[in-house]
Amino acid sequence: MTDKIHVKTNLNGDNVDFLCEARQSLLEVLRDGLDMTGTKEGCNDGNCGACTVFLDGRIVDSCLVLAVEVEGKSVSTIEGVADVDKLHPVQQAFLENAALQCGICTPGFIMAAKALLEKEPDADEGRIRLWLAGNLCRCTGYDKIIRAVQSAGKDMQNI
Amino acid sequence: MQPINTYLRGGGLALKDFEFLSPTTTDEAAQIKAAAGNKARVIAGGTDIIVQLRGGRFEIDQLIDVKNIPELNELSYSESDGLTIGAAVPCYKIYANSTVRSSYPSIVDCSELIGSIQIQGRATLGGNLVNSSPSGDSLPTLIALNAIAVVKSTSGTRNIPIVEFFTGPGRNVMADNELLVSIKFPAPNKNSGAAFLRFIPRNEMDIAVANVASYVTLSADKKNFETVRISIGAVGPTPYYAKDAGDLLAGQEVNDQNILKAAEAAKVYAKPITDMRGTIEQRIHLVGVLTKRTLDIAIKRARG
Repeated sequence: MTDKIHVKTNLNGDNVDFLCEARQSLLEVLRDGLDMTGTKEGCNDGNCGACTVFLDGRIVDSCLVLAVEVEGKSVSTIEGVADVDKLHPVQQAFLENAALQCGICTPGFIMAAKALLEKEPDADEGRIRLWLAGNLCRCTGYDKIIRAVQSAGKDMQNI
Repeated sequence: MQPINTYLRGGGLALKDFEFLSPTTTDEAAQIKAAAGNKARVIAGGTDIIVQLRGGRFEIDQLIDVKNIPELNELSYSESDGLTIGAAVPCYKIYANSTVRSSYPSIVDCSELIGSIQIQGRATLGGNLVNSSPSGDSLPTLIALNAIAVVKSTSGTRNIPIVEFFTGPGRNVMADNELLVSIKFPAPNKNSGAAFLRFIPRNEMDIAVANVASYVTLSADKKNFETVRISIGAVGPTPYYAKDAGDLLAGQEVNDQNILKAAEAAKVYAKPITDMRGTIEQRIHLVGVLTKRTLDIAIKRARG
């Protein structure tokens, strides 16, 4: 067993240190090491997108990032999305459009949708479906999710 | 079969820990490879190797993160040297690059459809190449564009034409002590165009049933073919360069009849298997269809 590695990163705007093994994924350290359980584990091999987080401003599957790789980088998770007293427009739109049932895929969808709408709030349905192809949902049939993202996009254009 | 209780959440199968190394020069990385061989593997985007390690495909003592080596992050173009894509450059940087978009459209075609947006944030063409999957979505494009792999070890650097790179599923001519530095593409010919297409039963996020890349150079009046390179993937143990299919078009008029002849000739190269993704017959048929369509798109692009 090798020694644990000291990693310094920025998590949701705060400087954070943690110790991890080289073999541990960012997802594992977030959930088990840092008690940030908002990021979900689905397939653990990069197909389902439930573990989507931002790494230096881009969405990635945190199951396919080693925790040691985030040294000196910035990570944003679902816990950092809402303001203290106000949900993010994407979160609000998911609630209003009933775009979730069991909820396991939801944090990943919200992170991915937020990444799209920050750049392209006017994305059309085809663009949204393509962008979200890396996020799987087995409950909703996707239509309500797409409608929620379109609605959030409208809200974000009006801000 | 692993007993279920060895499954660790977040870690996949009980994965043996390894040493994580972050060299900042290719010399340093080559020395690690020289000492450890295939017990030291490279991580760039990690989208294949992390899955492979969890799946127990191989065991390692050391993992070499190459993302801090400047040469592996290079993405540059000059008319004399063509395009250089460092082995650690992720897909999103490649397809966002203005030179790639204007001069290498088939590289955009393939790097935009590898995995999801999340995967494209990390996955590299270098990894796709070294992983050498028969269905790797960038590989026909690399062959069609006559790309070269720049590979380094402590004994020096060698340039390997991609057309000679693959030896079998997941296998290639790189030795255990070698490291991929970059992929180089010649400057595009005048009056040329290129295209890549993949067939999958879904719209996105799937492994190719067949994939094809074409690279077409037309005469100055754009009425005849000068040279054509066609490559087909997911229809054999490695992607293939369908040399005769392209060569038969040289000097010929650009018309549907000739394009269909090339499509038929490309099918001869296909040696697919039947599996859950497609049958032998379907895959051979697809090679013909995709060859025709990539030629059509490449011609359109060459004509501007």
